[in-house]
Amino acid sequence: MSASAAAAATASFPATRRRLDRDDLLMRGGICLLIGWLLITLVLPLWWLLSKSFEDDKGAFVGLANYIHYFSTPALFQSVWNSLLVSIVSTGIVLPLAFTYAYALQRTHMRWKGLFQALALIPILAPSLLPAISFIYLFGNQGFLKGLMFGREIYGFAGIVISQVFYCFPHALMILVAALSMADARLYEAADALGASKMRVFFTVTLPGAKYGVISAGFVIFTLVITDFGIAKVIGGQFNVLATDIYKQVIGQQNFGMGAVVGFVLLIPAVFAFAADRIIQRRQVALLSARSVPLIPKAVPRRDWSLFVFCAIVGGLILGVLLMAIWASLVTRWPYNLALTLKNYAFGDFDSNGWGAYWNSLVLASWTAVIGTAVVFLGAYLLEKTRGFEWGRGIAQLMAMLPMAVPGLVLGLAYIFFFNARGNPLGFIYATMIILVVNSVTHFYTVSHLTATTSLKQLDPEFEAVSASLKASLLRTMARVTVPICLPSILDISIYLFVNAMTTVSAVIFLYSTDTKLAAISIIHMDEAGSTAAAAAMAVTIVATSAAVKITHVLLTRRFDRTTQAWRKR
Amino acid sequence: MPVSHPSTAGAPYLRIERLRKQFGAFAALKDISLEIFPKEFVCFLGPSGCGKTTLLRAIAGLDIQTSGRIFQADKEISNLPASHRDFGIVFQSYALFPNLTVAANVGYGLVSRRLPKVEIATRVTDLLQLVGLPDSGRKYPAQLSGGQQQRVALARALALSPGLLLLDEPLSALDARVRAYLRTEIRRLHERIGVTTIMVTHDQEEALTMADRIVVMNDGIIEQVGSPTEVYRRPASAFVADFVGTTNFLPGVVVGPGVVRFGAIDLACDLDIKPGPGSDVTLAIRPEDVVVRNTAATNPNTFMARVADVEFLGSFCRVGLALNGGDPALLADFSINVVRDLLIEEGKELLIALPPERLRVFPRAPQTP
Repeated sequence: MSASAAAAATASFPATRRRLDRDDLLMRGGICLLIGWLLITLVLPLWWLLSKSFEDDKGAFVGLANYIHYFSTPALFQSVWNSLLVSIVSTGIVLPLAFTYAYALQRTHMRWKGLFQALALIPILAPSLLPAISFIYLFGNQGFLKGLMFGREIYGFAGIVISQVFYCFPHALMILVAALSMADARLYEAADALGASKMRVFFTVTLPGAKYGVISAGFVIFTLVITDFGIAKVIGGQFNVLATDIYKQVIGQQNFGMGAVVGFVLLIPAVFAFAADRIIQRRQVALLSARSVPLIPKAVPRRDWSLFVFCAIVGGLILGVLLMAIWASLVTRWPYNLALTLKNYAFGDFDSNGWGAYWNSLVLASWTAVIGTAVVFLGAYLLEKTRGFEWGRGIAQLMAMLPMAVPGLVLGLAYIFFFNARGNPLGFIYATMIILVVNSVTHFYTVSHLTATTSLKQLDPEFEAVSASLKASLLRTMARVTVPICLPSILDISIYLFVNAMTTVSAVIFLYSTDTKLAAISIIHMDEAGSTAAAAAMAVTIVATSAAVKITHVLLTRRFDRTTQAWRKR
Repeated sequence: MPVSHPSTAGAPYLRIERLRKQFGAFAALKDISLEIFPKEFVCFLGPSGCGKTTLLRAIAGLDIQTSGRIFQADKEISNLPASHRDFGIVFQSYALFPNLTVAANVGYGLVSRRLPKVEIATRVTDLLQLVGLPDSGRKYPAQLSGGQQQRVALARALALSPGLLLLDEPLSALDARVRAYLRTEIRRLHERIGVTTIMVTHDQEEALTMADRIVVMNDGIIEQVGSPTEVYRRPASAFVADFVGTTNFLPGVVVGPGVVRFGAIDLACDLDIKPGPGSDVTLAIRPEDVVVRNTAATNPNTFMARVADVEFLGSFCRVGLALNGGDPALLADFSINVVRDLLIEEGKELLIALPPERLRVFPRAPQTP
């Protein structure tokens, strides 16, 4: 059709604008609320942080002076290299380990896969401080394996890297297990039929298939390491990294402007890694079509047993680190009196908050789980199901992805600036439990959001169309259909939020008050005060809590499968 | 084939005026106008990407058109959201709520109407009876076969007694046998309740067997609207002739009134277009319309052809015919009887006829199929 004819057509009939029904208005209103929420809890604080980095101590605008000062101070600038080095080395160690482990879990006939999978996930349940404490007990000045260090110090680069490897392992493993779970048996059969060697099949079929998983895992580890604060704090010694610098500038020297500068420096690699990962993931195309034949691994005794030994060693080491912490928490006075005792669990003797910190953590984790799950799932639902309103959805979607790229310390610092700012009507939440909950929900928003989005995308997109034709309101369909179907992932999200709120240190370290001190923070304080055994005891308490919640989750899920999810069975 | 045609006189139930749908620079619907009459069963037929589903979704209000107007039962519904329109819909994916029982699925819309429980239960029982699944109310969708799920979706769509039933490729996810069975089932259901129905399909057989009228679409426009017989017998364009059924296309040149020269042969045709002498045209004839029995050289449009290949297709044979010693240029379907009686086999010379009333003439597009 020619342009003039098209013009004539539009001339005779103006463009149709769909009238909005009640559901449309409800959902658009919801998206605006979501944008408002993310604006207050994420964007504005970051903006305040950015503007602070251009101000001196008295709040006067000084342009790039802070940045110039930062980059011309070798002691500060050294941290950039230290952070990058630690992150790259840790990534380089974790990736091959986690890949081999994931390969053994997904592509072999190895025994005890369930056990190995469970072992590998232990670090997720622990604060990152736990491996650092364990390694101090093992290799520190009084460690009983100190001989293995050949006179070198565990405090510093080596300690950070080895603790990071422990801490990041399960995060990489989960991604790689997912990447290796999908395989088309026909490709392997074709390679076999063409006479390719096992090695060649691995490099031409297996590895390319898991390529995006490997890249993604690499970026995740890199970001985790470079933004982690607890490990470097406990075992870093004199080895300065960006995360500890922020802490020192803000808490130690009360130099907020410089803290903001370091925060922004730390934001750069995290944002870069995040953006690179997003761009690469977008290139990924579905390797599996509906016609794919799932690969069922065959038994190859030699390979299976060597991987069994590998997994036993790795899994054993992970368990060993945990057991070390447990033992350390039970020993009377390391290394002089090894008699077992529970007195290290009498936290009141070591820290003024005592068990109160633990109860605060429970309260925080519970509220984060409840409020976070509600906000995240509703938000994902609105973004997924709203018709039209592209710009609103686009903005909200972008904002929902942003927290992933923001290190906890940076977010925490941004909250100080924003909620503490003079004249902020929300200032009253400063130094309360509310700000901790809001901060934790925001800090862990993206992963939860992606989980919710994935499960919503698996629903038939026509459910809402059918509901509209049946004159059923969206709310009814959501309550009657969407939420029940997504219940397993809703539960996943709440557990994820709970465990993370329980173990996190970085974001909340700037935000607690004496009344709202958290368990993970009291670990740092007790460690700083030299009460390492009590710190270990608190770390173990946190692990026990997370583990209990996780196990309850597994049992609950099984029950759900039997009752509310009965329809899934054929 | 349906015996009684709903009247296409009188006032249309659904009127579509100059509907356009633009996706960026791509026009999915280009000025579509169409009328659908009460109690009609209409099929939108066309290849994927022709705009048939876009049109259906615009009628439903699920994806609103860029411009143009739609009237249903004399009421303009052009800009109404789906929830304010009167239709029931069945999707290819069924879109049954998997966590609800069959009865709850069928009664879903009745509950929103806040009808008393007893009334809902009775209505659900009636609907399940109607689609032939009286005992499946307590089951979950996953426990039913694909065909049964599709019938539940149909019952659910009919629950609110909509004025318009929309079926979006309802049968294409099913295997051949179930599909054939459901075809007659849906058709019978339609005759019983008489709801105006639009079905989208890419399967010409489905359209030919089920529809009162077929709307053949291609590339965002309507190529032809007509009864299955009309569409098959008198395709309005080369596209329709090619898409619906099998057709031989022969390049020709108009040499006189009603005469088209194909190679060295002059063929008499009923020219219903009026291209002047010398214009290039395309002749179309269906393989089953090629006549070989009782042909005499005195009949119109007869010529000699050599059998180049014979493909056995069960009840008939598809024979490739070569002219003047060239490659096969013409396909002809001969019944097994004919093949046996005339001893048709490779290499045999036959006198064939292309009956003038069966020949269609189309203007030759730059790249005719």
